[in-house]
Amino acid sequence: MRKQKTRYSEIIPRKKQWPIVQLARDRKSFIQEVANESFDTLKSLNSKKSLREELETTIHREKLRVKNNPWRVDPKDDKKFWQEMQSRLAESQNLAPDKVKAEEEAILKTILDRYCEEIAGNFKKTSYRFTKTIVTFGFARLLNAARGVKGIRSLFSRQLDLDDKIHVKGEPEHIRSLAKKGTVVMVPTHFSNLDSILIGWVIQHLGLPAFIYGAGLNLFNLKIFAYFMNSLGAYKVDRRKRNPIYLEALKTYSSLAIRRGCHSLFFPGGTRSRSGQIEKALKLGLLGTTIEAQRILYENETPEEPAGKIFIVPVVINYHFTLEAPALINDHLRRTGQERYYRERDEFTTSYKISSFLFKFFTKGSDISVSIGRGLDILGNYVDQEGNSLDSSGKIIDPRDYFRRNGSITVDEQREEEYVRILGKRIVTEFHKYNRVFASHLVAFTAFKYIERKNPKLDLYSLLRLPEEDLVIDYEDFKKAYKKLKKKILKLHKKGEVDVAGHMLEKSDISIELGISNVGMYHARRPLIKKGDKIIIQSMSTLYYYHNRMDGYGLENHI
Amino acid sequence: MVSKTTSNHKTVGVIGAGSFGTAIANILAEKNHVILYVRTKERAEEIKATGKSADQELNPNIEISNDLETIGNRCEVIFPIIPSANFRSMIKDLSPFLKPYHILIHGTKGFDINVSRSKINSRNKLSREHIRTMSEVILEETSVVRVGCLAGPNLAKEISQHKPAATVVASRFEEVIKTGQSLLKSDRFLIYGSQDLIGIELCGILKNIIAVGAGTVAGLELGENSRSLFISRGLVEMVHIGKALGGNAQAFLGLAGVGDLIATSTSGLSRNYTVGYRLAKGESIGHIIESMEEVAEGVKTIEIIHELAQTYQVRCPITETLFRIIKEEMTVDDAHKYLMKFPFRAEIEIPD
Repeated sequence: MRKQKTRYSEIIPRKKQWPIVQLARDRKSFIQEVANESFDTLKSLNSKKSLREELETTIHREKLRVKNNPWRVDPKDDKKFWQEMQSRLAESQNLAPDKVKAEEEAILKTILDRYCEEIAGNFKKTSYRFTKTIVTFGFARLLNAARGVKGIRSLFSRQLDLDDKIHVKGEPEHIRSLAKKGTVVMVPTHFSNLDSILIGWVIQHLGLPAFIYGAGLNLFNLKIFAYFMNSLGAYKVDRRKRNPIYLEALKTYSSLAIRRGCHSLFFPGGTRSRSGQIEKALKLGLLGTTIEAQRILYENETPEEPAGKIFIVPVVINYHFTLEAPALINDHLRRTGQERYYRERDEFTTSYKISSFLFKFFTKGSDISVSIGRGLDILGNYVDQEGNSLDSSGKIIDPRDYFRRNGSITVDEQREEEYVRILGKRIVTEFHKYNRVFASHLVAFTAFKYIERKNPKLDLYSLLRLPEEDLVIDYEDFKKAYKKLKKKILKLHKKGEVDVAGHMLEKSDISIELGISNVGMYHARRPLIKKGDKIIIQSMSTLYYYHNRMDGYGLENHI
Repeated sequence: MVSKTTSNHKTVGVIGAGSFGTAIANILAEKNHVILYVRTKERAEEIKATGKSADQELNPNIEISNDLETIGNRCEVIFPIIPSANFRSMIKDLSPFLKPYHILIHGTKGFDINVSRSKINSRNKLSREHIRTMSEVILEETSVVRVGCLAGPNLAKEISQHKPAATVVASRFEEVIKTGQSLLKSDRFLIYGSQDLIGIELCGILKNIIAVGAGTVAGLELGENSRSLFISRGLVEMVHIGKALGGNAQAFLGLAGVGDLIATSTSGLSRNYTVGYRLAKGESIGHIIESMEEVAEGVKTIEIIHELAQTYQVRCPITETLFRIIKEEMTVDDAHKYLMKFPFRAEIEIPD
């Protein structure tokens, strides 16, 4: 039996009117605008370093990067460019004192121009349509082929569709309504490289216009991925470049695009969660651009043209398993352990790896759910269907007032830093609320905590090195602990502090079985298996990874 | 609507016409127009008629009102200074008239308990999540985010006599600190700033416990050595409790910590000190509270901290003994003997 599916119409059917299309049309002038604005901001910043020092460190670091960590996607003249900048800066010292500053600023502008050109996306309406077809049609066909709809007919079967596999939960109608009323900034949790594709699918599934989105530059190393990314409205984020000049350009790009009404997507945790935990500390930099953008919109509004409003929409992605889990958790352990130095690597190297990754995901992977949270304003207040901000008592408030002092809108950096902190906290709370507990998460949590309880004296690293014979749990004991935790989670669910998958309401025996058969199901070593009346842990580190998902609910007191 | 006054002549609100509220209103009125909120109509009329509040002459720049809506609509900056027991209900009443552009700087030194007493038992112990500082109450009940507090050695009577003093304005927002400074500063009133809002609030709250105790030491006429012993042990206890509640030690060493502690633990002008003093003189706690015109926050704080200390297993002998005194399980005399025998291992240990 097929269940009734929800189909969403496009909220703006004419793509010409999409802000992202308009942005792409005057790409050149937009890039100039970004470069100019970053230039002005950098000049007005009163940092401890002088501009010369800033340029010197940046050029030095960039030269090191070119030498030590080159990527295929880097421009061919990278080395030449930075050498040129270096000699220009060195020569400028011989100029007349009144000309030195002008030359330093000219160098800054040249670097900014280059960065902005590199960051800027290359959205094409036509390839968007094509990619969209590939993603929805192609993968759906793949799905059918793999799920045993036999023969050539499988390619045309509509028996299985992506939305059989990806469940959109939460408040999809709300985000659709907000996207018509203002600019949406989607902030999802981030566990897997697949998330961006997944979110891309969700966005078009919900009938929303394309979002712009900052994608790791490493993904552009592959031509095919670069094509996909560009057509999904991606701009490039190079994590190797951490100098203030680059970061300013990046922030300005995001801020300006939002001000122009482009719906945006960013992963506020920065990179994928290494530990498997839901993000707790968010990267406040990019989040801050939303607050800044909103304030600037208010500053520039006129009675005839009121400012657009920015809505933050948290999204939680839930999988039974993360393909990269073993690599991620190893990274995490290495980082939290002794090794301090960590180099940003490009682990997504070959087309083969990616296609086998995708194939596994779309064919074998178990269900995925994407929960769309309720929209928030730039201070984390809920907004209603019309986009009005509400305070905790449900009274409508005007977000302009957050920026007002003595009746007019004022700029105060320290104030906005505090606001970002408040917003970040609110997003984390919403993440926990919309997180859907799967049986697989809970079996992992139960098993790990059980072992931890049995060895109270051991620290994490010793626990992870326990010998095999200590990694066996009696099924009945396990079930007892599981039941207790399940009860607690259902209680939290009732209070609205967490969401649960439908299968969590089944009897414990059934959900345990489902959990065990799904947790990390395609890893070379599955973390947890059941043998007779024993539960056997095969990999403590991946178990630890999946267990982390349930962190932050105070469950550890209930085992 | 935002008030149309210029920044030089703002209208500032003060809520609560107790001795500290009145003193602050008078300081503010030196440079600004002030609306002082009084809860009852009768009291408002009385103050208007006499031109006096809490035994202090009122500056003519002060307007008396008993309407919270007026305060909300006409003042962008408001100083709520009322007993902690009434704070939440007052803020709830004020909340409909507050907007995110408001700045609230409170001067209340007590805790709010946000759970009904009947729900607290041995399985659900009183913990940090059940108690709120006043800034937390404001954040919970209103749309205001720019919140701060006032704390420091500010005996209302001395301020009203125009004696020099200093205070701390604490807030996570520079803007709030600067606003507080520009409104309150004068050549006999210095204003320090701090970003550690919770730490500074805890200083103001916890020092009241020690003030009550110092009052008993004075009441027993044990001398200056004893008093100093008591104050310095008290400071250590404040730091321990403060840390357990999420504050950091630094705040306690500043004006709002040690500064305020010395003032309230040595002066008969302090209400909390007076409570202790009269206890030592043999009066019952019920009688003392009844006869006082204003609330001594210390008594309520002792009860709360006593309970929290058990939850978090923090050793705080001074609070525990004071608790037993106000519960009449112990006489002041016995308490003093008990404390003299208490085995302190180290003179001072401030954990990082």
